[in-house]
Amino acid sequence: MNLALIATVLIVMALAYQAGLTRSKAVATGGARLHSRPGYYGVLVALWCGLPALLLLGLWSLFQTDIIELLVARELPVELASLSEREMQVLMRRIGALASGQGVAGVAEPYEIAAAEQMARLETFGRLILLAAMAVAAVAGLVAARRRISPQLRARNQVERLITILLALCSGVAVLTTVGIVLSMIGETINFFRFVSPAEFFFGTVWNPRFSTSGTGGQGQFGLLPLLWGTLMVSAIALLVAVPLGLMTAIYMAEYAPPWLRSIAKPVIEILAGIPTIVYGFFALIVVGPFLSGVGELIGINIRTTSALTAGLVMGIMIIPFVSSLSDDIITQVPKSLRDGALGLGATKSETIRQVVLPAALPGIVGAFLLAASRAVGETMIVVLAAGNNPVLHANPFEAVSTITVTIVNQLTGDMDFSSPQSLVAFALGLTLFTITLGLNVIALVVVRKYRQQYE
Amino acid sequence: MTRSTTDTGLALADGESRRHKRLATIERSLAGRHARERRFRRMGLAAVSTGLVLVAILFASILWRGVPAFWQATLYLDVYLDPEVIQVEERPVREAGESPAQFREREIAWMSQLSLVNWNGLIDEALKAQLPGEIESRQSRDLRALVASGERFALRDRVIENPELIGQTVTVKMLAGANVDVWLKGNIDRTLPDRQQQLSAQTREWADDLYEREVIRNAFSTALFLNPDSRSSAASAGLAGAFMGSLFMMLIVIALSVPIGVSSAIYLEEFAPKNRITDLIEININNLAAVPSIVFGLLGAAIFIGYLRLPLSAPLVGGLVLTLMTLPTIIIATRAALRSIPPSIRQAALGIGASRVQTVFHHVLPLALPGILTGSILGVAQALGETAPLLLIGMNAFVANVPSSPLDQATALPVQIYLWQGNELRNFFEARTSAAIIVLLALMLSLNAVAIWLRKKFETRW
Repeated sequence: MNLALIATVLIVMALAYQAGLTRSKAVATGGARLHSRPGYYGVLVALWCGLPALLLLGLWSLFQTDIIELLVARELPVELASLSEREMQVLMRRIGALASGQGVAGVAEPYEIAAAEQMARLETFGRLILLAAMAVAAVAGLVAARRRISPQLRARNQVERLITILLALCSGVAVLTTVGIVLSMIGETINFFRFVSPAEFFFGTVWNPRFSTSGTGGQGQFGLLPLLWGTLMVSAIALLVAVPLGLMTAIYMAEYAPPWLRSIAKPVIEILAGIPTIVYGFFALIVVGPFLSGVGELIGINIRTTSALTAGLVMGIMIIPFVSSLSDDIITQVPKSLRDGALGLGATKSETIRQVVLPAALPGIVGAFLLAASRAVGETMIVVLAAGNNPVLHANPFEAVSTITVTIVNQLTGDMDFSSPQSLVAFALGLTLFTITLGLNVIALVVVRKYRQQYE
Repeated sequence: MTRSTTDTGLALADGESRRHKRLATIERSLAGRHARERRFRRMGLAAVSTGLVLVAILFASILWRGVPAFWQATLYLDVYLDPEVIQVEERPVREAGESPAQFREREIAWMSQLSLVNWNGLIDEALKAQLPGEIESRQSRDLRALVASGERFALRDRVIENPELIGQTVTVKMLAGANVDVWLKGNIDRTLPDRQQQLSAQTREWADDLYEREVIRNAFSTALFLNPDSRSSAASAGLAGAFMGSLFMMLIVIALSVPIGVSSAIYLEEFAPKNRITDLIEININNLAAVPSIVFGLLGAAIFIGYLRLPLSAPLVGGLVLTLMTLPTIIIATRAALRSIPPSIRQAALGIGASRVQTVFHHVLPLALPGILTGSILGVAQALGETAPLLLIGMNAFVANVPSSPLDQATALPVQIYLWQGNELRNFFEARTSAAIIVLLALMLSLNAVAIWLRKKFETRW
């Protein structure tokens, strides 16, 4: 329905463009010199015709449900006024289902049927009003804009101002996303802290969210520390793999590799960055896990197939290209004069790299590590599949662990009520994760940016 | 005189020996330094080769496991569509004066008659004809294990489509049961004792026999591409539903994130004044690009599902979440592309009287287009492989239909991989999962290849 309306408006806008175009041409043939080219007058008329109508449509789709529900609620029997907000929502959903002809479970009460009829009436009525308003707005806009066309009208400036405003609005979406993330998570986190105290959450050492919600007392223990520890352990293993390999790769590619090797190896290694993480998870589960546990058996250590080590190793592989390409950029940015100076003093190439290039590039490389670390902390699918999900505090990397991301997935993929602490805790965990990664990212960006300025 | 010469000689000799000593020291240390140089170099080469080897192992193991799953054990059976068993009236024909609804009702009644036919019996008979010896009715369980359970519906649908087949003998291609496939491919240890085998001894013997006589052949598995997921009939589970779900999501991502992302990049790069607000937006975008994807899933769960009450498991919600996630990537790529256009282009356009909007849209943007396209394709490819946020908005629900609109319940390719890897029928679904991964990787790599090709084709040096 809405799509058809939008299509109609677009067609009308095309017609309005033609109207503006012919009109402006008519004005021009009168001998007057127009301020802008004819096309701009057409666009201006089309915009005046279409935008107000589209705005009306947008506003109506946003507030339609609320307005209608408000009006319907006023007509409900008085004794229903005492319903709680939640019960009211359920009732409204029933009435809505009746009004749309889907029917409801059980027998509909007479007042429900009456309300549904009223709702259906209001919906039809509202739609008619909307159509009328849109038509009036479109025609009025078209006529007014067309009449304004004169040689003096600065059509181009007006159209361009509007375009700039639209562009600026688009860049607001990113800000809105951040605001949405923060607000939604803070809201639900506050809800969660009504059930569990923050101290218990942040300093608790036991993670055991029982899934039986009988009363508010026995809702399980929500201690963050085992999850945080698991996250750190897996990330640390990942970095232990990725940092040396990635850094050495970057050094070799930037300083030693002949062009042919570079042109092959660089894109091949960067493929690793483009592989979906679910694929890494599966790889860890069926190849790396069994392999590690086989090796463990050979040397007499008990390594579980799904463990911190498995997840960390595979995550490390995933991050290698991330570390290597960032470090590569930074190493190649070190000016040639520094290298030439060191080489001229008789240093070997590796000495130059270790004692001149790397120290000069150090801040940038540290920034790269931090970005890699934040990647590792936020990574989900590898740990969901390969870390074993065992939220217990222990220091053995050969055992299963659980991480923050795994727990978010587990808490929100069950058939849980959205307002129980068991699912609300996911948002508290998400906020924690967001804060940690945000911190790492901010430090990394500051460090990298500071470094970049040195040679510019 | 002599003294002094000897002195000088001594001094010379002394200097000589000291120089020799120094040279020796230098040579020794030089050897050490060169050795260290070589070691360092080898370490670098080792790191690079490790990376390459890891890529090779990853792809080899997935291919090695997944490629066989593209071929499935398939029965080629001559089924006699016995009119004694299929007792139905003629297919209804629309009569004059009948409304479409009435006709549809009669048609459905006819179809449900067909659904009551004992299709399994027909398949049993066809199998018995192929197998040696007398087969008692108590063995029909063993017999039926040979054929995927969904195949009787395929047979029914074939007859519904073409009722003239009743009374004829038709050659039907049927998927063998998942366990038969596992057995014939040797994906299960054949020496395992009877009670650890999924199939009875009788069925295994039959399967081997039929395979030898080429009644069962390994045929290319079209079911993998044409069927949606299935719970009742593992062998006919396919990727079609997940593929459509992913397709819908990608369409939404392309339709929303590319225009919004490119517009905001144009604003920030070409029009925005340098002030606090634009600085804030910039920092924001950089941060968003590094926010873990699962956080976007939480956002989707809270806003789109909790607050706006959009349907769970719908590609629309998934597409919106992935759009928000892809936006920063596209903005950053587009800004880089715009920045690489030299200012002289802008100055020239402004110099002949173009406005700033005209300069950007007529001159800068077309030149930056290849870069923008490359960045957008890479962003979309990344969104295609994303799993975690989709789990939080319920796209891991089991869906047995191919979605026909972005509001239907659906799943996506990476989520299908996640669902299959957790299937209990490990021996069968491990290969299936790898096959699905191959399909996903092929899609991603071709998107990446297109991006690289575009970059190469339009590469300009200013």
